[in-house]
Amino acid sequence: MSPYVSPVIRAEGLLKTYRDVVAVDGIDFEVPAGESFGLLGPNGAGKSTTMRMIGGTLTRSGGVLEVMGLDPETHGPEVRAHLGVVPQEGNLDEELRVRDNIIIYGRYFGLPRSYLRPKAQELLEFAQLTDKADSKVMELSGGMKRRLTIARALVNQPRILLLDEPTTGLDPQARHILWDRLFRLKEQGVTLIVTTHFMDEAEQLCDRLIVVDHGRIMAEGSPASLIREYSTREVLEMRFGADRNASVVAAIRDIGQRHELLPDRVLLYADNGEAALDEVMRRGLRPHTSLVRRSSLEDVFLRLTGRSLIE
Amino acid sequence: MSDATDPTRLAYSRAVGSPIELAARARRRGWLAYAEHYVLTMRAFRWPLVLQSFGTPLLYLVAMGVGLGTLVDRGAGTVQGVSYLTFVAPALMVSTVMMGAATETTYPVMSGFKWQRLYYGASATPVSPGQIAVGHLLGACVRFVIQAVVFWALIMAFGAGHSPWSILTIPIAVLGAVAFGAPLQAYAGTLRDEGTAFNFVNRFIVMPMTLFAGTFFPLTSMPVYLRWIGWVSPMWHATQLARRASYGMPESWWLTVVHVLFLVVLAVAGVTLARRVYTRRLGE
Repeated sequence: MSPYVSPVIRAEGLLKTYRDVVAVDGIDFEVPAGESFGLLGPNGAGKSTTMRMIGGTLTRSGGVLEVMGLDPETHGPEVRAHLGVVPQEGNLDEELRVRDNIIIYGRYFGLPRSYLRPKAQELLEFAQLTDKADSKVMELSGGMKRRLTIARALVNQPRILLLDEPTTGLDPQARHILWDRLFRLKEQGVTLIVTTHFMDEAEQLCDRLIVVDHGRIMAEGSPASLIREYSTREVLEMRFGADRNASVVAAIRDIGQRHELLPDRVLLYADNGEAALDEVMRRGLRPHTSLVRRSSLEDVFLRLTGRSLIE
Repeated sequence: MSDATDPTRLAYSRAVGSPIELAARARRRGWLAYAEHYVLTMRAFRWPLVLQSFGTPLLYLVAMGVGLGTLVDRGAGTVQGVSYLTFVAPALMVSTVMMGAATETTYPVMSGFKWQRLYYGASATPVSPGQIAVGHLLGACVRFVIQAVVFWALIMAFGAGHSPWSILTIPIAVLGAVAFGAPLQAYAGTLRDEGTAFNFVNRFIVMPMTLFAGTFFPLTSMPVYLRWIGWVSPMWHATQLARRASYGMPESWWLTVVHVLFLVVLAVAGVTLARRVYTRRLGE
């Protein structure tokens, strides 16, 4: 990131409180143009709240927030004209045809129909929905609806795309199609802001991310650097049976660098997982199943908060 | 592959106004964009709507005007010096259009906030919540106008409109619908759970208003202690105005002014309130 490029989004001490609940607790972050930036955290961490404050549809309780140098609260329409928004909960018009959903959305940006007709066709191609152009939205699958929502959000050619949980509720194949489309946008220099509680999604999509929990930033960095910093290279997962997992931990405490006891399994963090497994076996402990894998953001989150992302 | 269809060139394929320009356009005409969406959605129901626009007046005019009218005219001679059909036709027109308002500003509002969440889609664009509220009402007005025009044409066909001024019944009916619909829209915007509240509106506001606010018989034929129902209901005020326009019902000029003022104040207050409700709810 060049120090001479001003960030497209800048938050400083961003705060949102509802009566006695603190949803976003004074967070700082900057997103440079063209970056794919993630907010990773469990449900209720304050991710969607942050997204809505960026769009200026939710007022903040304190702190500074700038999008393209503008305050979303005082310049809401200007900020939203820069943005494409893909919300978590669908709000397509189910009674309209697929194509009309894009065209009518473009009208909200004051765009003329002469621009919107060819643009809608182009966006339908991008979203791989040309066959469905004249179907009613209610006939589409979940993955198609989400792609249409993304196509719709691109109608004003935004330089920043906000994606709130873009693949939640989709099957694996639909997720991969969606990720592919988002990659293409990234290649074109669109800044992506993604919230997710899926570690694989964060690893796939984000150049850099912040891990948030209870409205606070727990860590910040690229997926690889976060894993390097907060976890070991490999993880050994073992299942000894629900009643034995806890008692085994005492016997293997000194193997590897760290361990986590989960309800269904024991995680042992070591740079060499196989060697750690050999040592466990040598001590006469026989897990029902064992698996050596590379560390992921899930492990980072577990380390930082003591909890799993998906509970 | 040409530039226009190459998806990798998506973001650059066509010139679009600068964001500042787009925002300026939305600040001026955002309400119109939402109204356009509303009308587009209504087009999906155009045949039931057309059928209803012609069917309802036809049924009412034949049943009440011709059927009941024959009986009334035989017994009482005339009502306020005109045939019963002439007397009741403008009132039926007003009440029909206002019942349309009771539909357009209740369930679709609930849908915008809760079922389809269309309002949230619009509020993520440069369009503001206040503009969404106005756009919704304006879109509904398109239906009111269609209903009013068809009804007026049928009244003329039945020979029940006696003055060239009778064409004014069209804006009067639409004003009545807005005066009733806008406050109702504001109220609907505050509701979180669907169902019973709208049934309540229909049973305890629309029905009594239609039956007791001078639609089928003059307010003066009701006992004094029930006449307030007419005075507080926009339907009575709009009906009286429509009668004046349709057959020149005699009425003192100050009363006419009161009718207009009552409806305009209710409409303006309703729109103001609705804008506030939408802004608060979409900003939660």
